[in-house]
Amino acid sequence: MTARLPPGLQLEKVDDRIMTLNVGPQHPGSGHMRLIIKVDGDLIVSCDPDPGYVHRGEEKMAEYRNYITNIPHLERPVIHDSCNILYPYCLGVEELLGLEVSERAKYVRVIASELNRFTYTLYWLGIYGIFLGHSTMFMWPMGDREFAIDLLEKLTGARVTHSYFVPGGVRNDIPANFEDVCLRQINYLEKRLKTYADIFYDNPILIARTEKTGVLSREDAIRLGTTGTVLRASGVDYDVRTKEPYDVYDELDVHTNVLKNGDSYDRSKTPWLDMLESCNIIRQALEKMPKSGSVRVKLKPNPKGGNDEVYKRVESGRGSLGAYIVSRSKPEPYRVKLSVGSFRNLICMPYLLKGEKLGNMPAVYWSLNYWPVEADR
Amino acid sequence: MSVIAPKFRLGYFLKSLTDNIFWIIVLLTLVGIPVIMIVLFFIDLPVLDGTLVTPFLAFTMIFHPETGVPLVKSLLYSDFFRIAAFPGFGFAALLAAGTIFAERKLLAKLQLRVGPFYCGKFEGILQLMADGLKLISKEIIIPAKADKPIFWTAPVLFVATAAAFVSLIPVAPGWVVADLDVGLLAVFAIIGFFPIITILSAWSANSKFPFIGGIRALHQMVSFEIPLILSLLGVVILTGTLNLSEIVESQSNYWFIAFLPIGAIVFFISMLAELERIPFDLPEAESEIVAGWLTEFSGMIYGLVQLGSYLKLYAFAALFVVLFLGGWQGPMVVPPFPAEIITHGIEAGPITVQVPGLPITTQEMLNGTLWFTLKTVAVIFFILIPRGVFPRIRIDMLLSIGWNKLIALAFINIFIALGLLYAGVLGPGGLL
Repeated sequence: MTARLPPGLQLEKVDDRIMTLNVGPQHPGSGHMRLIIKVDGDLIVSCDPDPGYVHRGEEKMAEYRNYITNIPHLERPVIHDSCNILYPYCLGVEELLGLEVSERAKYVRVIASELNRFTYTLYWLGIYGIFLGHSTMFMWPMGDREFAIDLLEKLTGARVTHSYFVPGGVRNDIPANFEDVCLRQINYLEKRLKTYADIFYDNPILIARTEKTGVLSREDAIRLGTTGTVLRASGVDYDVRTKEPYDVYDELDVHTNVLKNGDSYDRSKTPWLDMLESCNIIRQALEKMPKSGSVRVKLKPNPKGGNDEVYKRVESGRGSLGAYIVSRSKPEPYRVKLSVGSFRNLICMPYLLKGEKLGNMPAVYWSLNYWPVEADR
Repeated sequence: MSVIAPKFRLGYFLKSLTDNIFWIIVLLTLVGIPVIMIVLFFIDLPVLDGTLVTPFLAFTMIFHPETGVPLVKSLLYSDFFRIAAFPGFGFAALLAAGTIFAERKLLAKLQLRVGPFYCGKFEGILQLMADGLKLISKEIIIPAKADKPIFWTAPVLFVATAAAFVSLIPVAPGWVVADLDVGLLAVFAIIGFFPIITILSAWSANSKFPFIGGIRALHQMVSFEIPLILSLLGVVILTGTLNLSEIVESQSNYWFIAFLPIGAIVFFISMLAELERIPFDLPEAESEIVAGWLTEFSGMIYGLVQLGSYLKLYAFAALFVVLFLGGWQGPMVVPPFPAEIITHGIEAGPITVQVPGLPITTQEMLNGTLWFTLKTVAVIFFILIPRGVFPRIRIDMLLSIGWNKLIALAFINIFIALGLLYAGVLGPGGLL
């Protein structure tokens, strides 16, 4: 046998004590990816994440469609967070085409993207709960997610894959009476979110289990290029919404939640604190939003950009999410590159899992706020 | 958040009830009567009034109260009935099935869901039957490199061991399958079999995840057996007997949980670990090792293991009741059997029927069974609740709880029991 087998399928014995476990892709604790884990007893000797099972070539596909028809498929990598993944693309295309977005549309965008942060993070939290064997924490966020989804359905017409953001604003205006319903449901959601602390975040077993596991120090978090909640859990005060405000985030009072320890517990708590902060942002945006006005700029068919390139980024549910768009005076973009938070956070996984116990694997893995489909794009 | 549920209407409810009753009657006539025939064929044929009761004769006699009641009574006091139905397997399996259903509904209510709903028209009451039929009809897949005889034997052994455990539990005065003088010792011996069966099944599957799960189960069960056994020594010291029926008898005034609360807590926690319930379900941790030592089981083999584990759950809960909550002891709530029926017979309009052999069971037995069942259900409830509240713990935390904390607490419990005995509070001449 001359051909070298892919890792994980090697037949040669390295050491009798070392056992190779293929966690995924058909494994309840893996997601759409594979982790090749070598264990010595209960200790993980090495971990080799193997993403790429759901690569769909979204970036290449974007080169054959014009700026508007790119919208429905560019949101596919994270359908739960589809407004946020379209956000940098729309900001970039607006700069390329020289569009001016109305004030009202900017506020609607902020509301939609913060609601989408809810739908994504509650889904993430549910899976984090079931990964730790806490089935109530799986069911409660999945049920409460319906409130945010209902609001988004009122706003956009779709429960997931909203295709709501377009270059030049948003697709349609908000429906009548939306502000009241939104305020009421956000208040209720905030109340529900605080009960999660009773059953999950203050649970002594959870704290004992996830504290001091997978510790990522401040220096390492910066050196390994992590972003978003992982970075903030390690004590780095970095949030694109406050550091490089886009749209109307500079007019809103956004508080960044920073925790110090950088362990699995802090990494799992930061998204929850972010959700509570999102409630405040939505309330502020509803208050400051202009009550009338257009929400979309009328575009010519097949708009063309100049010979230009642009890089825009926003804070998504998983961290900073950037879009790099190159235009060559054609209706289609020459190149679209998405720089996603998932892949940046995945990079530190082998580093964190080395030397951990096998039981810590799900806690560390999912606390990285990593969405396999987005990493593969 | 809307729940897709039809509105409750009395007419539909009554219709569903009658539907269910219809199917139960149909099943009874199709299955029950042949089963009775088979049972009557195998048991020792009784002699009533000088005639040997053959299966066919019994079948005709069963519909006549004068001959039917003695027949039922003779069946009730046969060993076959004890093993297969009342204090033994049937009673335990019924409670175990109820436990599975209650667990699913309870957990669903806790998690703001409805749980089993559609099967059986009323609150998913037939869901278990549907699951059982599904498991029976599924293909049993065995890994190619598995050690097939052991792979097949292990689930059967698991159920058999759990059933042996059930047979030691006294349900009512005199109603126990095996009334051993070393009953508690036999319980320890049977508990010692579970890790062996688990590691056999895990190893024979010849697969990595079952292997890790089996090793975890072995660690867990072996390290929690020691506090489990130590926590029961307090009860043995106070009563001076290993016979479970006598232990229950000695609690007629006070339950032992009043004197030995630490022992009861240690026993309860060790019990959760032995049963692999959350938060101690490491051998089946699905996000780490798929389904642990159950990974390669499919079809009815998996069903057998589930049955065995719920029988084990019932047996442990019943053991807790017997040792700490006074078993069948409780105030007499069952009314006595009306004496005029025995002396004067049953008056039904113009006819008066004199039925020999009444009453079938004693008042003490019915009352004891009622209290025992109520207490067992309460203990099972407390075993089920942690599943909705706690996450899974890690193996090093588990071992440190078992070896550092529980064993120390169990020794404290033994010293408390010794103190109570020598102070004369309990024991001969004391309160008991």
